[in-house]
Amino acid sequence: MATETLTLGKALNTGLRRALETDPKVIIMGEDVGKLGGVFRITDGLQKDFGDQRVIDTPLAESGIIGTAVGLAIRGYRPVCEIQFDGFVYPAYDQIVSQVAKMHYRSGGRLSIPMVIRIPFGGGIGAVEHHSESPEAYFAHTAGLKVVTCSNPQDAYVMIQQAIASDDPIVFLEPKRRYWEKGQVDLDAPLSDAYPLHAARVVRPGTDVTLLAYGPMVRTCLEAATAAAEDGRELEVIDLRTLSPLDLAAAYESVKRTGRAVVVHEAPSNIGLGAELAARITEECFYSLESPVLRVTGFDTPYPAARVEEEYLPDLDRVLDAVDRTFGW
Amino acid sequence: MAKGDPGGTTRSRRPAPRSKKGAAGSPELVQLLTPDGERIDSATGPDGTEYRVDFTDEEYRGLYRDLVMVRKLDAEATALQRQGELGLWASLLGQEAAQVGSGRALRTQDMAFPTYREHGVLYCRGIDPIMPLGLFRGVDQGGWDPNEFKFNMYTIVIGAQTLHATGYAMGITMDGKIGTDDGEAAIAYFGDGATSQGDVNEAFVWASVFNAPLVFFCQNNQYAISEPLERQTRVPLYQRAAGFGFPGVRVDGNDVLASYAVTRTALDNARHGQGPSLIEAYTYRMGAHTTSDDPTRYRIASEVESWQAKDPITRVKAFLDKQQIADAAFFAEVDEQARRESVHLRERVLNMPNPEPVTMFDHVYPNGSPLLDEQRATFNRYMESFEGSAH
Repeated sequence: MATETLTLGKALNTGLRRALETDPKVIIMGEDVGKLGGVFRITDGLQKDFGDQRVIDTPLAESGIIGTAVGLAIRGYRPVCEIQFDGFVYPAYDQIVSQVAKMHYRSGGRLSIPMVIRIPFGGGIGAVEHHSESPEAYFAHTAGLKVVTCSNPQDAYVMIQQAIASDDPIVFLEPKRRYWEKGQVDLDAPLSDAYPLHAARVVRPGTDVTLLAYGPMVRTCLEAATAAAEDGRELEVIDLRTLSPLDLAAAYESVKRTGRAVVVHEAPSNIGLGAELAARITEECFYSLESPVLRVTGFDTPYPAARVEEEYLPDLDRVLDAVDRTFGW
Repeated sequence: MAKGDPGGTTRSRRPAPRSKKGAAGSPELVQLLTPDGERIDSATGPDGTEYRVDFTDEEYRGLYRDLVMVRKLDAEATALQRQGELGLWASLLGQEAAQVGSGRALRTQDMAFPTYREHGVLYCRGIDPIMPLGLFRGVDQGGWDPNEFKFNMYTIVIGAQTLHATGYAMGITMDGKIGTDDGEAAIAYFGDGATSQGDVNEAFVWASVFNAPLVFFCQNNQYAISEPLERQTRVPLYQRAAGFGFPGVRVDGNDVLASYAVTRTALDNARHGQGPSLIEAYTYRMGAHTTSDDPTRYRIASEVESWQAKDPITRVKAFLDKQQIADAAFFAEVDEQARRESVHLRERVLNMPNPEPVTMFDHVYPNGSPLLDEQRATFNRYMESFEGSAH
């Protein structure tokens, strides 16, 4: 078994390479994805090996990237579109919401748009504005789209291939501040045996409080759980992985045992994923709850200047503060 | 149908052919049939391309039949909306020649990306004219198979489909289906208002830099709902193509022959690897934008009358008559067929069943969704709770 230590970014790159090898209809398109290999180098070396017909440097217009990818999908291709940064996806929003998401429905199931839209998302890299946003709720709210995000190199490698192989249009959110973090990746396990794409996973078992997170916040929650264990509290951490559709079976089971749930995400709280999670957990686990479901999130401000993003982003202390508060009811 | 290709059998008795550069008063306009039904043998586009058609009498009569049919079916749909049987209708009245000319210029393998007004092109693609009426009646979202008929779904968001057409055309190139007579091309339909959209301009950029086998077919019907052309542009629309690096041509959109000729040439150039081009079909929306619109609020009667004199069907009829290509019996027979088919259309629309409510959950995702499964089940239980009650 070939298990290698890879960064999350390299795991994505390897997964993309595998997808290009597996299916000649897979194409990669976006700004600077060719010679440069993408601004985060996620497509590094792919144009060199697969040619500029399959790894396509596009003009600098996001709606054009997604709109032409729709046409390519109708033609039978499987486009993997890179949006360079979260804050630059909005020019493509109409094509994503009104065309990508609805084409299958409008055509009565006759057309499918097997497209993956890769978006590096979230903060923590000291960037200027528009480079640190968490737009997942916009897409998770849209019928016809599926939304997933990975939190570690192994998932990155597998999930990107699963997303490309799926006939559903999928927004694939990449936790950009975790691109350089390393982990073990099993490169040989067949995709057919892999953990399902649209399934959450318990990444740390615990008995006292359930932490629900995804993408960049999974590691933050794991660190919080380690710290809490030193204080004698066992936090269960669930990596949601799929934001639309949500897979909450593990969360319900967990909260029924712990009686306490804290949702953690970088995006602002108002009308965010945490609100949906709190509502659904409350409906399903009402008689087991010892406390309301709490949220630890970014604030309802535009993403702030980089020098204060540490205070904006949920961190270990804010997570533990919320954990403490669940015992205050 | 491959109309207009040289080699037909029965030639009409035409007067000595003459050539001219454009039409009187509009030197930029490619025209092969004047509003009076006078045939122009060839016309030259702004880049020197010479346009001509060489139809048999049978083909001329076929084009006339198409024009009459699409106008009659369109009028029937407007009437159905007025009687409350359709929620909305976007009439093509006045634009029949642009649509039939370009629609018949498509070869079987070519793919069209329409707006919501391309009923004439849809008809030429062999799609049952009832199909779009399901959308406007509200019983479905469209209904035909885009790949079977090589005619995509109607697109209501203005200009969005031009990018789809561009991507599709890029796919044609990637599939190696260009460079030969049986190569493929795509055509994107849009209007004058759409030319202000970012998507259309992005499509121009993409098609240009990827040399996509694509024809941009803009029906300039002079109005974007109430806003006149002057609110969209200060240059003739076809001239925009030059800035993007491909040819543009303005054609008399009320002339079915010229619309056919320029579209056929542009498509064939595209399929042979010569890249995209823009056709501005200069026409006029004789009716309202849709049945919800009141054009008397923003345009004057004399303007409409001046365009009535350029009617796309009258001129073909005059030509057929003058050249004795068709007689009174033919015209009567076409009218009768149109009447019959519109009655048939009406009957079928009235009999369109409403969909089962639970079908709203179908086809959201190719692979389904547990969330929707749950909502569908809840909905079914809720609906079943009414069974046996009077409500």
